[in-house]
Amino acid sequence: MSTPDPLPEYLRQSPAVAERFAKLKQRPVVMEIDHLGRQFPGAQGPVTALRDISLKIHRRELVCVIGPSGCGKSTLIRIIAGLDEPTSGRMLVDGKETSGPSPERGMVFQGYTLFPWRTVKQNVMFGLQMAGRPSSEAEADARQWVDLVGLRNFADNYPHQLSGGMKQRVAIARALAPNPRVLLMDEPFGALDAQTRAQMQSHLLEIWRNVDVTILFITHDLDEAILLADRIIVLKANPGEIHEVIEVPVPRPRSLDQLQTPEFQATRRRLDELIHPKLHAPSEHLPITRLTQIGDDVE
Amino acid sequence: MSRPRWFAVRQELSPTRRRLLGGVAFLLPLLLWSIVSYVPFIWHPNIKVIEPGEVSWMRPGLQIPRADFAKEVATAQAAGVRPPTGERANPIYLPPPHAVGRALYTAFTTAPVLKGDLWLHESLAMSLKTIFWGFLISSAIGVPLGILCGAFVSASRLSEPFIDFVRYMPAPAFGALMVAVLGIHLEPKVAIIVIGTFFQQVLVVANTVRKVDGGLIEAAQTLGAKRRQLVLRVILPASLPDLYNDLRILLGWAWTYLIVAEVVGVSSGITFFINQQAKYRSFDNVYAAILIIGFIGLATDQILAFIGERLFVWKNPRPSRVRRLITSTVARFLPRAPVEEIAPSA
Repeated sequence: MSTPDPLPEYLRQSPAVAERFAKLKQRPVVMEIDHLGRQFPGAQGPVTALRDISLKIHRRELVCVIGPSGCGKSTLIRIIAGLDEPTSGRMLVDGKETSGPSPERGMVFQGYTLFPWRTVKQNVMFGLQMAGRPSSEAEADARQWVDLVGLRNFADNYPHQLSGGMKQRVAIARALAPNPRVLLMDEPFGALDAQTRAQMQSHLLEIWRNVDVTILFITHDLDEAILLADRIIVLKANPGEIHEVIEVPVPRPRSLDQLQTPEFQATRRRLDELIHPKLHAPSEHLPITRLTQIGDDVE
Repeated sequence: MSRPRWFAVRQELSPTRRRLLGGVAFLLPLLLWSIVSYVPFIWHPNIKVIEPGEVSWMRPGLQIPRADFAKEVATAQAAGVRPPTGERANPIYLPPPHAVGRALYTAFTTAPVLKGDLWLHESLAMSLKTIFWGFLISSAIGVPLGILCGAFVSASRLSEPFIDFVRYMPAPAFGALMVAVLGIHLEPKVAIIVIGTFFQQVLVVANTVRKVDGGLIEAAQTLGAKRRQLVLRVILPASLPDLYNDLRILLGWAWTYLIVAEVVGVSSGITFFINQQAKYRSFDNVYAAILIIGFIGLATDQILAFIGERLFVWKNPRPSRVRRLITSTVARFLPRAPVEEIAPSA
């Protein structure tokens, strides 16, 4: 009882959680990022956006990437998706080096990017059609995915008729329909209001539980990362490097009720330290003087 | 609750007010024209001779500036001869609205002055034919080329600098050349319209295509779309409604080239009619012909806008009530895409 634990709280894992991680690590590696770097040309010489990022993600793992703004998390996911080229290092999916975008790495964008001229069902069919599947087959498949994200009654609606949360569910169904190995999500819930976001997070966990897919999720919302992730990759800015990798000690299945549990809180504190180290420094205050009458104070 | 204001910065007006103002937009110029035409003391700078009196050179119907007429009257009175009488009139080039209104009808029923000249409706048909072929040929090449330029930077770099160069050459400048190459009938006129429209068209279409949201293209790439599919299945459908609107605007452009095109070679079409009528000083017919061009333009544009709304349902979240009424009526005769209005909460 009184023996001091040498481990900080956020690293303490219950036996069940530890066992889960042990099992997870025995799964095959789906995606491997190997010494990845990205430089951009700048006015004063090249700017390093990402440096020496190495990461292995196991099958059906859910990994979140967080970091302060400008740490290159979006650059990282764009490189993984094949929408940007690394300047050094390489990327492997199932042991094979990747080049360019491919449906094996599906992507969900923050801005939905649904095709406005296609109905919900036709949006989901897009990837299947690109793969050359006959349209009757693609339609049947798409219908299943639309059902799976709970939009059966909206299959024939156009995107402009849907709410933000519904649009993002369509985007998820569309990315999952061609059976990707990895689902990349770039701050997908960032534009949603708090209530819808919470709903979408639990939807995503449900989908992930039922579909054979590995997820790499980018967010700047700490709670979101803890709620969703097996592992959280914390990046730091200038240059973008891996700061720390945290195995989230919160047991699964996850729900918003765990927000107040000690594991959750401990992890959150650690992430806070890593991401906002100088929150209470004097430089965080405005150089403002009193412009109100004495006695008219609000605090 | 105060009544909504007529002049509030960027505030929508009620449909009633919108329609009211739309009507006033046409009524106001008409009112102005009527005042100038029917109220004698506003302008009426001339005197139209009714009875020449004993002034030898005057004829009934002749128009003379008021000052000159007054001088003649004074001279006649001084000489003791019978002075001419007349009434104030506007110059012959400003016929009153009712005359033009009548001409809108009579212009179609009066036979051409010279045997072998065309009736108004034949002239109009000729003009429409010129516009149709000119615009069709221009679009058949210009739209695909514009799409290529919008989609591929290399295509754009290859063609756009040269197009930019030619674009500044006035199309009528090619008139003589086109007559030499293509003869004097319909062909050079169509060619002028093509030259006037095509180069603008490529640039406008390319610009519209370039405005397609890059996110859509990236999303399509992560879904496995290759180059060809990106152009045909993403860029093309994404820019189609805007392209359609571009073509509407460019069609108006083609009309402005019609008048210069029609004086190339053998003068023809509505321009020939207008010039002939002006020569015979039937200005009421001239106005009627110009108005008819306006009506045709406005009508085609409105029809195209209406068809556009039917074609691109996905682009119009909230059609106006009037439009929706018309749409639902027409929809009975057209294949219909299922659309329902949905509350944004779910």
